[in-house]
Amino acid sequence: MTTALNAEQVARKINKAFPGVVVAADKAAVVVTSESLFKVAEFLKNTPGLDFDYLGDMAGVDYTDYFEVVYRLVSVTHNHSLVLKTRCYDREKPVVPSITSLWRAAYFPERETYDLLGIIFEGHPDLKRLLLWEGFEGHPLRRDYL
Amino acid sequence: MVIKTEPFILNIGPQHPSTHGVFRMKVTLDGEVVVDVEPVIGYLHRGIEKMGENRTYTQIIPLTDRLDYLASLTNNLAYVLAVEKLADIKVPERAEYLRIIMAEAMRISSHLMAVGFFLNDLGAMMTPVLYMWREREKLLDLFEMVCGQRLTYNYMRIGGVSHDIPEEFLPALKKFVAEMPRFLDEYDQLLATNEIVLVRAKGVGVLPKKTAINIAASGPVLRASGVKWDTRKADPYSIYDRFDFDIPVGSSGDNYDRYWVRMQEMRQSVRILEQAIGQLPNGEVIADVPQLLRPPVGEAYGHIEAPKGELGFYLVSDNSIAPYRFHIHPPTLINLTALKDMAVGWKIADLIITFGSIDVVLGEIDR
Amino acid sequence: MEIDKYLSPPSELDVAEGKRINDLFAASQQPIPDPDSWINEEIKRNVWITSADYVVDWARSRSLFPLMFGLACCAFEMIGMATSRFDIARYGMDIFRWSPRQADVMIVAGTLTWKMAPAVRRVYDQMAEPKWVIAMGQCCISGGPFRESYSVVPGINRIVPVDVYVPGCPPRPEALIYGITRLHQKIVKESIKKA
Repeated sequence: MTTALNAEQVARKINKAFPGVVVAADKAAVVVTSESLFKVAEFLKNTPGLDFDYLGDMAGVDYTDYFEVVYRLVSVTHNHSLVLKTRCYDREKPVVPSITSLWRAAYFPERETYDLLGIIFEGHPDLKRLLLWEGFEGHPLRRDYL
Repeated sequence: MVIKTEPFILNIGPQHPSTHGVFRMKVTLDGEVVVDVEPVIGYLHRGIEKMGENRTYTQIIPLTDRLDYLASLTNNLAYVLAVEKLADIKVPERAEYLRIIMAEAMRISSHLMAVGFFLNDLGAMMTPVLYMWREREKLLDLFEMVCGQRLTYNYMRIGGVSHDIPEEFLPALKKFVAEMPRFLDEYDQLLATNEIVLVRAKGVGVLPKKTAINIAASGPVLRASGVKWDTRKADPYSIYDRFDFDIPVGSSGDNYDRYWVRMQEMRQSVRILEQAIGQLPNGEVIADVPQLLRPPVGEAYGHIEAPKGELGFYLVSDNSIAPYRFHIHPPTLINLTALKDMAVGWKIADLIITFGSIDVVLGEIDR
Repeated sequence: MEIDKYLSPPSELDVAEGKRINDLFAASQQPIPDPDSWINEEIKRNVWITSADYVVDWARSRSLFPLMFGLACCAFEMIGMATSRFDIARYGMDIFRWSPRQADVMIVAGTLTWKMAPAVRRVYDQMAEPKWVIAMGQCCISGGPFRESYSVVPGINRIVPVDVYVPGCPPRPEALIYGITRLHQKIVKESIKKA
């Protein structure tokens, strides 16, 4: 069974390494600030004992006050998983650091999240529209589209 | 005299015999050797994620059929598992067994198509496809007996399956399961040691183990590279922990290993089917679920081992009759990230075979 | 725009493709009328078919070469029609041609999106006369289950003129064979004689 790690314990470890980045942590997920996302992801990938080497899923959600990006990290060696989230409060120019340099699995999902929701991933090697065509106006998956 | 050469960009366009659907690749060639591959997708983007926000939880099930249209029942199963996790619904025993029977039969059907079209790309024009289609038509007859449809079934419901199986289904399924190993041996005899398959597929399109994990590949693509990771064993869902089956793992991650893993998985699916038919209990086939389901506020991620890889559905609920966010994790889109690694340095004919061995279905990539 | 510094510069191919799609979207707001309005005209003028015309049309209908234009799920029922169980070869449509220059009838099977629409129009224009189009499946007739979506063409008769519509989601191979026999009748103009 893939054990879902208790996110509060992992949040304590993250707080020891980088104080002040954890915004909220309940049993299910850890929420960190968007500026610190890359440091936290690197810490989660490289720490022995955590070893998250497989990016299971990545999604963006539009809660009307803020955008949230959800990452589901899995470790193939230890068979455990963790949900990492980050929030972005700017509607005009939501910027989140890209984690493509850590896990290449994020290459297509980040392009798709930019295409459909308009969230910009800073540091992505080739950020452009994936599913819709160049010249399409707007981002369809936002709650205020159509 | 100095010959001037420059790289040539070739467009393998959306309407093409070897692209398994509407898929476009911009290939940069140096002579015949591939230097760069850029996939361009979106020619079948239908906006299923946006449409899911306007439909009730049960109305989304026919939409999920059309994602990976060669394995519709497993798509239904993944979605229904996600909703049951969200709303905490328990499924009766007979429904669990029926779901497993349908899912494993679907796996055999999907792998038959994958292997048949892979051999089509190798150059055996339609002959293996017609052989594999012979078995697939028998499976489609079985599905039609139960679900009434040949391609998009819409059979699973939240809390169970839609209706019980008719009487003539189990004897027909037993007959199919008894004859299938003989047909698999026939294919092995014709193809496994065939010189052309060995020369063109062995050693071509190698995906190393570390890259496969970093790209988050799943399904036969990951297992052919040597990683023993199958969601049915790593994170068992439904009642898979009651069955006894093996996970075939390849060694080198080339095209031949991906083909071999699929052939072995079909044999394991036949094993699971035999056990499930023997253990099928009587009882109800659907739990008591309200027609307009309102799950509590929260989120859930339900994932299964679909024939193409790990298919997952991420649902966010705000206690209304439709989900707030409906997100699909497509295995074939993530596997496609590996295409550039596997194809660069080989010739363009090898690119076509490598692409065929990943086994893509555009409905799932584009959603 | 200030977000441009994060995005990679768009290539000329992509910008040109996007412009083509937007232009086609603007030009396709009304459906193209079906090309059988000529039947009413001929009945009014009482045109009779000569036996030479009849033989030529009969021969033409029994040896159509279909163009494989499978887009989505319906494509697999079309391939199923071509395999040994339902066998379209007995109607003379043996080989599915991949090049539009060598095909007579284009069977469009599957959902058409605006991004793919210029390709369909271009392939249709490359086919030589006489040519016919069969719309297979609900998505081609009216947009199907995806009609309300932002990126689906509501029926391929906005892009190309259609001769035969085969409903179903997906239609059984027998239904598609019935559609093809109706196309044979249309080519031979039997429907005039009946009327």
